[in-house]
Amino acid sequence: MIRYFLKRLVQMVLVLLAVSVIVFLVMSFTGDPVLMIVPPTATDAQIAEARTALGLDRPLWVQYGVFLRNLLGGDLGVSYIFKRPALTLILERMPATLELVFFSVIISVVVALPFGVYAGARPGSPLSRAVMGGSLLGISLPSFWVGILLIFYFAVEKRLLPSSGRGVTGTLFGIPFAFMTADGFRHIILPASSLALGTLAMLIRLIRAQIMEVMRQDFIKFARAKGVSRGKLLFSHALKNALVPVVTVFGMQIGSLIAFATVTETIFAWPGMGKLLVDSINTADRPVIVAYLMIVAAMFVLINFIVDVVYTLIDPRIDLR
Amino acid sequence: MAKRDGFFKSEFFHNFVRDPGATAGLLIVIFFLVVVIAGPFFTPQNPYDIGGLDLMDAFKPPMWMEGGDPAFPLGTDDQGRDLLSAMVYGSRISLLIGVSVVALSCVLGAFLGLVAGYFGGRLDSVLMRVVDVQLSFPAMLVALFIMAAFGRGLGKLVIALTIVGWVLYARTVRSSVLVEKNKEYVDAARLIGFSPFPIILRHVLPNVLTPLIVIATIHVGTVILTEATLSYLGVGVPVTRPSLGLLVKNGYDVLFSGLWWSSVFPGTFIMLLVFGINLLGDFLRDEFNPRLK
Repeated sequence: MIRYFLKRLVQMVLVLLAVSVIVFLVMSFTGDPVLMIVPPTATDAQIAEARTALGLDRPLWVQYGVFLRNLLGGDLGVSYIFKRPALTLILERMPATLELVFFSVIISVVVALPFGVYAGARPGSPLSRAVMGGSLLGISLPSFWVGILLIFYFAVEKRLLPSSGRGVTGTLFGIPFAFMTADGFRHIILPASSLALGTLAMLIRLIRAQIMEVMRQDFIKFARAKGVSRGKLLFSHALKNALVPVVTVFGMQIGSLIAFATVTETIFAWPGMGKLLVDSINTADRPVIVAYLMIVAAMFVLINFIVDVVYTLIDPRIDLR
Repeated sequence: MAKRDGFFKSEFFHNFVRDPGATAGLLIVIFFLVVVIAGPFFTPQNPYDIGGLDLMDAFKPPMWMEGGDPAFPLGTDDQGRDLLSAMVYGSRISLLIGVSVVALSCVLGAFLGLVAGYFGGRLDSVLMRVVDVQLSFPAMLVALFIMAAFGRGLGKLVIALTIVGWVLYARTVRSSVLVEKNKEYVDAARLIGFSPFPIILRHVLPNVLTPLIVIATIHVGTVILTEATLSYLGVGVPVTRPSLGLLVKNGYDVLFSGLWWSSVFPGTFIMLLVFGINLLGDFLRDEFNPRLK
């Protein structure tokens, strides 16, 4: 067990190192950060001076060493636009993104579980066909367009819900969250729903396929012969066994929710780290882009690790190598 | 499935005709093929020709609404550009990107998967580690990073989407090759004295094609969606060659001045196109999956 964890830990560090090399190289070969920092009136001599001051005249591998040392020390550079540490900027906006992702996860699980189980238990029924058609449509929808439609209908036409921003936030554990106030909660409904749609549709299809697979197996026939009620059979016997692959895919989906939050946050002007990334791309604010990528990469690696651990816990057949 | 009875008597065709979803999917895809091939001959305007625009035509609603003009069936944008024409040309860009990315990813991924699976060894383990790591990062984010670093452009977009697209093909082909390469026909080909590459291309490849077709079909839809998203975020296609996704973004910018049609119609086009492709893909996957038979 401990050997397995150590092996995974080493793997995680290696992946993050690889990511840092790729991010560093791509960023070094595109654009010149010196031109972003010096005033537009700077002379060639001043530009050269700034280049030396930033250490950008040194060989690439030395620069990478400096980059890595700063990275490990938590120094990810200072934003060209905000003139503040990039890491602080991202960490400030992280709760907003995480709360958006959290509510999307809740929405998708609450909706997908009953529909997926039903469609898997009765594959031929008209409702199941409707669910499957709807979920296929769900994965075919561009999430940004869904956001636009929601804004148009609920905010512009009906004036029911706010279309942008996070509203009034309340604090929990000293961190501001929108869902702590009624106004903030009203603000989160539309973005969380539009972000959830794709994951929800995918989960329905996955749960259905797994339930159908499990329902064919002998232990289900045995349980049925034993006289187990249909509800207990579905939700206790079948679902538990169907969930194992669902957990893995769901872990991947959380990563993809964080990625697609960039789009949702941009549409709904949600002040999270995804909107910060898109804004920084548009203003070529490289330290913030690099900081975002490194932090998000670390989050993905961590999520994958947790998924693997959960996987082994819920499926005792899996042997830790 | 007796081959000599011809395609129209095959089990595949039989199942296809009886599956309303698959038929609808094929009809949608054919509709779009007609639109992108023949559409430009029928559109009222060439949206790339700035000289043909007239600001007097700006902000026209669709023709069935009050103030609509039959010359502009789906209305115009803030510069008097006909929306229907823009959507026809936009579909060309979206579909062109979708098909070229899938073709490139498929060839690259299948080649690497074949080589890794057939030869095994260090090459195989390195390649599969790369695939594993890349699959653990959302494709959209990796593509966003590449486009953010190198700037927008059609060619760059195709390259970026291929870089994130090849992995699934490589993994699928490799696992099929691992099964195939121990079969007798491969041993036989090897004994006759064929060298590895002819064996891979002529004997192994045809036998791993089925899963590739399924993945490639669904991948076209995914690529079109990702491209639309990147273009929406402003890092995709250049503004001079708007794809459907960029049209939605342009429409969103004027949504609050009441021009709902200029974002709703291009978005409907994306949805319809991807839905049609997914319907086909779904059918193919069920059809080619031996476990469901």
